[in-house]
Amino acid sequence: MNATNDLLDAGRVETDIDEILHALNTVLPAHCILARREQMRPYECDGLSLYRQMPLIVVLPETEEQVRGVLRACRRLNVPVVTRGAGTGLSGGAMPHAQGVLLGMSKFNRIKHVDPLAATAVVEPGVRNLAVSEAVAHLGLYYAPDPSSQIACTIGGNVSENSGGVHCLKYGLTIHNVLKVRVVTLDGEVMELGSESPDAAGPDLLSTFVGSEGMLGVVTEVTLRLLPKPTLAKVIMASFDDVETAGQAVAAVIAAGIIPAGLEMMDQRATEMVEPFVNAGYDTSAKAILLCESDGTEAEVAEEIARMTAVFEKVGATRTQVSTSEEERLRFWAGRKNAFPAAGRVSPDYYCMDGTIPRRRLSEVLQAIEEMETTYGLRCANVFHAGDGNLHPLILFDSNREAEVENAEAFGAAILELCVKVGGAITGEHGVGLEKINQMCVQFGRDELDVFLSVKRSFDPDGLLNPEKVIPTLARCAEYGKMHVHGGQLPFIDLPRF
Amino acid sequence: MDYVLSQMSEQVTAARANFRPVEIVGGGTKRFLGNPLSTQSQDKAIRLEMKALSGVIDYEPNELVITAWAGTPLQEIEATLAKENQMLAFDPPSFGLGSTIGGAVAAGLSGPLSFGYGPLRHYVLGTQLLDAQGRVLTFGGQVMKNVAGYDVSRLLAGSLGMFGAIVQLSLKVMPVPLRDQTVLFAVDESEALARCAGLRAKSWPVKAASWLPSAKESGGKGELAMRLCGAQSAVKEAREALGGDLLEPELAGQWWANFRDQKTHFFAGQPLWRMAVRSNTPVLSLGDTAFDMGGEVRWIRTDREAQELRTRASEAGGHATLFRWDGEQPVPPNGVFQPLGATTLAVVKRLKDEFDPKSIFNSGRLVAGL
Repeated sequence: MNATNDLLDAGRVETDIDEILHALNTVLPAHCILARREQMRPYECDGLSLYRQMPLIVVLPETEEQVRGVLRACRRLNVPVVTRGAGTGLSGGAMPHAQGVLLGMSKFNRIKHVDPLAATAVVEPGVRNLAVSEAVAHLGLYYAPDPSSQIACTIGGNVSENSGGVHCLKYGLTIHNVLKVRVVTLDGEVMELGSESPDAAGPDLLSTFVGSEGMLGVVTEVTLRLLPKPTLAKVIMASFDDVETAGQAVAAVIAAGIIPAGLEMMDQRATEMVEPFVNAGYDTSAKAILLCESDGTEAEVAEEIARMTAVFEKVGATRTQVSTSEEERLRFWAGRKNAFPAAGRVSPDYYCMDGTIPRRRLSEVLQAIEEMETTYGLRCANVFHAGDGNLHPLILFDSNREAEVENAEAFGAAILELCVKVGGAITGEHGVGLEKINQMCVQFGRDELDVFLSVKRSFDPDGLLNPEKVIPTLARCAEYGKMHVHGGQLPFIDLPRF
Repeated sequence: MDYVLSQMSEQVTAARANFRPVEIVGGGTKRFLGNPLSTQSQDKAIRLEMKALSGVIDYEPNELVITAWAGTPLQEIEATLAKENQMLAFDPPSFGLGSTIGGAVAAGLSGPLSFGYGPLRHYVLGTQLLDAQGRVLTFGGQVMKNVAGYDVSRLLAGSLGMFGAIVQLSLKVMPVPLRDQTVLFAVDESEALARCAGLRAKSWPVKAASWLPSAKESGGKGELAMRLCGAQSAVKEAREALGGDLLEPELAGQWWANFRDQKTHFFAGQPLWRMAVRSNTPVLSLGDTAFDMGGEVRWIRTDREAQELRTRASEAGGHATLFRWDGEQPVPPNGVFQPLGATTLAVVKRLKDEFDPKSIFNSGRLVAGL
């Protein structure tokens, strides 16, 4: 997947590294600047390691004042800036720019204030997601969004990607759990979006900013909504002898008026892959399993678990098993959360997709993915945030075989295009980054993409924050359209072509 | 609807060409909200009547999503959902018959239940926008999770039409709770706030907590209502722990509708300010007060200067809005909403210039001068 080079703007003026270093040295202490290749190597990619690029310089500021200084300097010298949290992103959003500064926010790692009565926490963007919950656990509170990478990923990165997790059906994504962000713009000015109160004056810039993948500003502080920790949680593992019935079971739970705390599906290939690795106790003889969680008080959980179990049995589950201890519950989830590393164990490489679909199209989509396995000659395991329609097909391949790399990429693209076709989206929580920039041409028409460029310009008129990511240019979409001729018909017939 | 849409599109392009302002009107029940149009632009304004676009387009209860034309009456949406035992959990107020779903979303107002279920913007999944060039643009969609591109749909929620007319929208809906009970406490404002303190940190299923001063008695007496929604057992446990007098379901329904839609005596007096503040803000003593959202929204009748109220709101982590006033009072020179900071205003100004360069849509209504 050597897609990197052609994504970079060849037209940008060659920058003078000495001049940039000089400017950065006036706003940062020397230990915050990394310019030697071996120092910068760890920053050349994020969690999507297929895309790599060395930055010109890495800076690791320690104060907001330094961030302001860095951004002002970069603006003055017309240098691109890519902001990075923990680098766990899966779409190449934090991949450096060859002529740019990589702005690492890892030193912003303080939890500044916790209000136990209001259930809010003010944290710096480099604080790890799980660290927030750990720090407030003694107050009976926690931070709800729990992406699989929560032990490593940072709140700043979560804000940039609008991260979800296995509990977002009930507790929402990052956008639902963030009250306010403090942002530095490229010209070094500070603004606060959102507020500590239920809303803020003016149009809702906070919602636009969350999920903007580092293209609109640099976050220096985030005010989070915390939730009371439920006293108890239990999970049901339900087995099904075909994927379609499992899909019907998901719909039946929702139809019964239940919003489970988590509702996940894994197909047989996924459970077979995970089980030897985690020993989660999964029913590997089932074609699909569902993990369905209930949380709340003891009476509440007992009531809900009984209702959920009744629904599953009525739909035709071949087996249901309720976790009998917290240890067992965590083990059930450990299997799901370790699906990606487990894929890495059974296959030299894997490619994780992130499409969303209306739930009612599930069996049709999984059927089509199965057929694609033959077309592309690759295996695919499916894990699925079933409750909110977010698919994570894991395409297994070997990067040492050139044909497999190409096929994996084509397979992935085909899955995403199918998601759009059935009324879904090309990304539910991993972001567009560099990876899915071509599929943006499928998801949106040119007019909508132009509006995104308008939003980008409004926050970042110089276009230097994480440039050339997320929003494809007209030329790129035209080029991509040419590569994907469906049934002899050119897509985007109304597009001007060069 | 294609014909209606293309007619609207023509109206917009004609208005733009002739430098005429466009006023977007749904049910016309919230026209009092926001900065008034200048008399001069009112005379010239073309009214874009959204009611012509009406009807539910797609509703799959199992997907928890409803898609409708913007001019669909709020009542129709609510009745459609009620048949399937579902609801709009952000509890939008309607200030009169004929409120539309598009108007509710453009105004961005959430009702008492949003204390527990979250505000309107959390429920907007997708929109179609008729923009200043007369184009119909599609953002977001019908799926719960979608991070492709910027979230323009949520930017439009609460934008009071400043970026264009929302013509279609998809909203997330929620199941009606198994149990829904309301309890009343006869307490004064300070005691009511004390009872709401820390509710956010507790797992009680308190989805709404609002206080109204008594109509008859003076001396600060009033009624705190708490709405408990959830599983049978959770509501029962909370009832036992919280106490209070249980209200009959029918009376409870009336209590909340009257409060939400501002039909009680308290809201008759003007000018009426809305102050949004952080949790656990003490009694503000700025005038006759009622509160919503466990005290995070204060409704205040007062003649005090805007500047004073805004300063107090800022100190409490929020903002103040002159919500209703009678036509005779002058509107504060910088508008009814709390002015934005310079950096934020610069971004908003550029957004307006990008979406609506000639400023034809609801000019100045949300942000004075834009």
